[in-house]
Amino acid sequence: MKHHLVSAADLTRDDAVLILDTAEELSRVAGRPIKKLPTLRGRTVVNLFFEDSTRTRISFEAAAKRLSADVINFSAKGSSVSKGESLKDTALTLQAMGADAVVIRHHDSGAPHRLATSGWIGGHVVNAGDGTHEHPTQALLDAFALRRRLADGALGADLAGRRVTIVGDILHSRVARSNVRLLTTLGAEVTVVAPPTLVPVGVESWPCAVSYDLDAVLPDSDAVMMLRVQRERMNAAYFPTEREYARRYGLDGERMARMPEHAVVMHPGPMNRGMEITAEVADSPRCTVVEQVSAGVDVRMAVLYLLLGGAGPGDEEPKGATPRGAEATRGNRA
Amino acid sequence: MSDTQRTLIRGARLLGGPATDVLVDGETVAEVGTGLTGEGATVVEAEGRVLLPGLVDLHTHLREPGREDSETVLTGTRAAASGGFTAVHAMANTFPVADTAGVVEQVWRLGRASGYCDVQPVGAVTVGLGGRQLAELGAMHESAAGVVVFSDDGKCVDDAVIMRRALEYVKAFDGVIAQHAQEPRLTEGAQMNEGVVSAELGLTGWPAVAEESIIARDVLLAAHVGSRVHVCHLSTAGSVELVRWAKSKGWRVTAEVTPHHLLLTDELVRSYDPVYKVNPPLRTEQDVLALREALADGTIDCVATDHAPHPHEDKDCEWGAAAMGMVGLETALSVVQHTMVDTGLLDWSQVADRMSARPATIGRLPGHGRPVAPGEPANLTLVDPDHRAPVEPGAFASRSRNSPYRGLELPGRVTDTWLRGRATLRNGALV
Ligand SMILES: [Zn+2]
Repeated sequence: MKHHLVSAADLTRDDAVLILDTAEELSRVAGRPIKKLPTLRGRTVVNLFFEDSTRTRISFEAAAKRLSADVINFSAKGSSVSKGESLKDTALTLQAMGADAVVIRHHDSGAPHRLATSGWIGGHVVNAGDGTHEHPTQALLDAFALRRRLADGALGADLAGRRVTIVGDILHSRVARSNVRLLTTLGAEVTVVAPPTLVPVGVESWPCAVSYDLDAVLPDSDAVMMLRVQRERMNAAYFPTEREYARRYGLDGERMARMPEHAVVMHPGPMNRGMEITAEVADSPRCTVVEQVSAGVDVRMAVLYLLLGGAGPGDEEPKGATPRGAEATRGNRA
Repeated sequence: MSDTQRTLIRGARLLGGPATDVLVDGETVAEVGTGLTGEGATVVEAEGRVLLPGLVDLHTHLREPGREDSETVLTGTRAAASGGFTAVHAMANTFPVADTAGVVEQVWRLGRASGYCDVQPVGAVTVGLGGRQLAELGAMHESAAGVVVFSDDGKCVDDAVIMRRALEYVKAFDGVIAQHAQEPRLTEGAQMNEGVVSAELGLTGWPAVAEESIIARDVLLAAHVGSRVHVCHLSTAGSVELVRWAKSKGWRVTAEVTPHHLLLTDELVRSYDPVYKVNPPLRTEQDVLALREALADGTIDCVATDHAPHPHEDKDCEWGAAAMGMVGLETALSVVQHTMVDTGLLDWSQVADRMSARPATIGRLPGHGRPVAPGEPANLTLVDPDHRAPVEPGAFASRSRNSPYRGLELPGRVTDTWLRGRATLRNGALV
């Protein structure tokens, strides 16, 4: 794996499968009464959040703590740090504090990339969502949840041949960008569906199909991922009304019935019930929302473990699907 | 400054032609020929370097008054002399805005005091660049600064009525409106060219149509009222087509292209390094090639730097927080040699046309852009086209370092510049 996780494009197919496999191993630990592993003892993980996201921060925090890392939460939101110096100065501060990894959430696309390449910081950078660019750990947890549902979580498996449909505000969605990249890397066939106003100009270079017609795509989908659509988009004329959006691109029970029987419904949360998804769908057993949340901790543990614990330069221990410390609880497995 | 010094430039390839001697006496060119002796003159052995008329920039941000932390008239004109320029047009988006006779005269006087290069202020079209009320265009024209070019650069005069009136009004004194063509609603929050790269990077797109729609409207307005419009920093293949069409109609439309739009593309934004953040944004390779072709065939009249200095901290940050713009005075000729001369698209006499004669004509700038001939003002630039070196912004005379060419090996080096017979740059060193 690379030194940083900034984009889903940083991951090869083998990297991604390794993360998913490692997450599977770690999730078994999470099921034990004592959830902590000593792997990252003495390491410092900083959660640097320039944008509110309690769910993502808590997920990373839980992941780091279960690996026994010291966690520092640094919220730069709300203070007068809209100017760029703050990212640099904050980075230099974190560097001085000896941060081994910085998990960054930022409102500007490219901020994690900048942090990783500017020389301001030596530790690992993990992108926890930047602007409308990427959210690679979200894509990893989606892939993890998907592999569990569709391939029983089998170690070593990818998503070859699975058809995933991503529906909603593709233009502004970092979740969509990361998922298109990662799921394709894992062999899935991805289709994005949205009104044309919410599909970016230049989408033709993406490794996916584009459709404006949800009903046409549903019968051929193994998974349908509904993205959150902000109601404010209506004011910028991306679509006429909420009602029209829900009618054309929302997932309700009737539409869900047209999906293959095994197909699942995903949502990165938080959901706009009544907008992109109805309560009937959100609460149905086909919907993986809760699994996605728990997968988040497993996958983020795996990422931190592989970046910090498993594969550092000068680290003699080979990286692998079996986390250090996990052997004690579940025995060795080749 | 009007000393009676004589300079003999010996063996220079005038406009890239055969070796020629040029004798400068006082402020003017005295003789052009071979075997000139020039009693008592300072002799400069050109050794085959190329002699051009002093370069003229139609689009320079000198930042004074108001942002002296990034550039002053003095540092900016020193940068200009280093780059071979003898005249620059200082853009109006200063603090305060150059929208009154008082401010343009202040900038003009600072330029005279610097002595490195003539500074011709550009006046704002509207009060405070606000786009609502015409500035006192006539008063700026009648001031000591003698303003001919008016621009709200940085902002587009997007109101069609205000643009029409401005075009009409400046006809009284043969003025020209230089438009920063950017439809504001189509570019709200825009960060880079809209296309394949912006789709991947998740940066808000600045679509070509936002430039082209304004150009289309403005050439029609200029035709309708019979006035002159100049298109600043034209950046797309579609804009080239529109200007070509307008010129074919005989309308009085001129256009400029920046050196960076002749060389760089939006692929560079993948680095998220704000040194590549500029307005209008870097476009695609197809656009770059169309711009080169248009500069070669004369559709685009001239090269203008859009020299836009910014302090280090405004670029040493994340993309979204960074300022837009690049410095360009000290690399302009090298980039033009690299993209236009070394590719065979222009010869040196055409470079003199695009970087000196035509911009001086558009700006109605007396004494600049003239042929190198007896009796003409001795505004001259000597360039060594065989020199190659990586760009080192640390060595710039400009106060700012925001060059996108850092470390890039470019051809050509300006070694000497004369402003009305006086050396402002000698052997690569400012005088
Ligand atoms: Zn401009």
